[in-house]
Amino acid sequence: MSTIYILWLRQLKRYSRSKARMIGSLGQPLLFLVALGYGFGPIYEKAGQGNYIDFIAPGVIAMSILFTAVFSGIEIIWDRQFGFLKETLVAPVSRTTIMIGRTLGGATVAMIQGIIIFLITLLIGFRPESLALLPVAFVFMALIAIMFTALGTAIACVLEDMQAFPLIMNFLVMPLFFLSGAMFPLKDLPGPIAVLTRLDPMSYGVDGLRGALIGMMEFGYATDLAVLVIISAILLAIGSWLFSRIQV
Amino acid sequence: MTHIIEAHGVTKKFKDFTAVNNISFTVNKGEIFAFLGPNGAGKTTTIKMLTTLLRPTEGKIKLDGHDPVHEQSDARRSFGIVFQDPSLDDELTAQENMELHAALYSVPKDIRKTRLEELLHFVDLWDRKNSLVKEFSGGMKRRLEIARSLLHHPKILFLDEPTIGLDPQTRNHLWDYVGKLNKEEGITVFLTTHYMEEADKVAHRVAIIDHGNIVATGTPEELKKQTETKTLEEAFLKLTGNAIRDEGANAMEGMRQARKMWRR
Ligand SMILES: Nc1ncnc2c1ncn2[C@@H]1O[C@H](COP(=O)(O)OP(=O)(O)O)[C@@H](O)[C@H]1O
Ligand SMILES: [Mg+2]
Repeated sequence: MSTIYILWLRQLKRYSRSKARMIGSLGQPLLFLVALGYGFGPIYEKAGQGNYIDFIAPGVIAMSILFTAVFSGIEIIWDRQFGFLKETLVAPVSRTTIMIGRTLGGATVAMIQGIIIFLITLLIGFRPESLALLPVAFVFMALIAIMFTALGTAIACVLEDMQAFPLIMNFLVMPLFFLSGAMFPLKDLPGPIAVLTRLDPMSYGVDGLRGALIGMMEFGYATDLAVLVIISAILLAIGSWLFSRIQV
Repeated sequence: MTHIIEAHGVTKKFKDFTAVNNISFTVNKGEIFAFLGPNGAGKTTTIKMLTTLLRPTEGKIKLDGHDPVHEQSDARRSFGIVFQDPSLDDELTAQENMELHAALYSVPKDIRKTRLEELLHFVDLWDRKNSLVKEFSGGMKRRLEIARSLLHHPKILFLDEPTIGLDPQTRNHLWDYVGKLNKEEGITVFLTTHYMEEADKVAHRVAIIDHGNIVATGTPEELKKQTETKTLEEAFLKLTGNAIRDEGANAMEGMRQARKMWRR
């Protein structure tokens, strides 16, 4: 228990001390919010879909959580290169415990990042539909955070160094994001794209979050929750297994 | 005399390369035991197998009576280690690194504070306890790692080339400290070093390893007598030959370091 707590705390400290990282990772979501919000907004609204800022705000929040979470998980590579990983690997605690502490730490950091973006969307005029559903929104944010931190960790366990990082960004994280419906409605898509969006676990996170924030949904809470919980559990199990096999 | 470390026929292969070849040795309780060998001889690989980080391809190891493969937690509780490469969290302070270690090893809260203070004083870092480790010099980091490795009162202390990159003053101080720990707390010390005169001074017994094979074991005096030499360094050269070693292991490390810098 204290192991999980101390590893969680470690990641929060590292995050809070690295202002550059905090500010740097706000840039991309803000760009999407402003460029797409104001650029595509008029077209979207002309098509009779309502306010585009309201539509993409949940998508951009989810996106910032996705990016931060994957990145937090991948941080294990740095710990491996800078040597700190060895300190945890020879300690008399199970690797599963270490994995849980790290995942919760990374997920919390991603959550905080998502909340910051949420506050920024409020500043530029986004208004969630119902305050009562805010806790539900936070649950979905947390699930997205846990799922993708676990994914990042699992990936980090099989990589030697950061050289493959751009590959992962371009061929995994970006597709996860663009196919998720974070930027466009999933309704009435042509066949192949519709299939891909439904295979993307991120879609269910975005859907749940958008449901809670603006009352617009494609799959419904039950489906969203079930998919997110099951995929998270699978990723955590795979990550733990890979992590338990790490040798330094 | 009881053996606190036992290795029987231990072999480690990386694919088809044999890094450690069927070695056997024992370390007595309360002893300072030095593992000496040229670059790439297999010292670090041996320490990794002893400390549960690598599984031996073959052979049996006992650490304070526990098998590092099947009784990992018990084996891990019995030792502290200072790795050859740094293993601190640079973004945390000295004290935070210590506290993290204490939590990982479940050091009871009441002991934790006094032990932490005692050790930071001991390595002369108490005044810097709230500084981030990334602001520390190489020597300070080493000292902090030593303090950290002792926090949970280990029975065995592993030191993998602990004095590399340190100035002579710090090196001297460190060996005095290790000697004192050994005498006062009865800690068994297993160390590796490149500096023969250090091993000569501090070690009760040494083993010389070359190309993954142990070529000699004994007290420094015994090895000198056996090779008819005056210093441990001469004995070492006689036993391992004069050929300069392929610095494979170090070159690899160097490349990794360079890549790290590039990325920062
Ligand atoms: N993970 C690994 N994969 C392949 N070869 C390795 C690995 N670790 C060490 N070696 C090789 O095993 C040999 C022994 O290395 P090491 O134990 O680090 O030597 P020493 O610590 O005595 O300098 C070296 O030739 C090194 O290149
Ligand atoms: Mg070595």
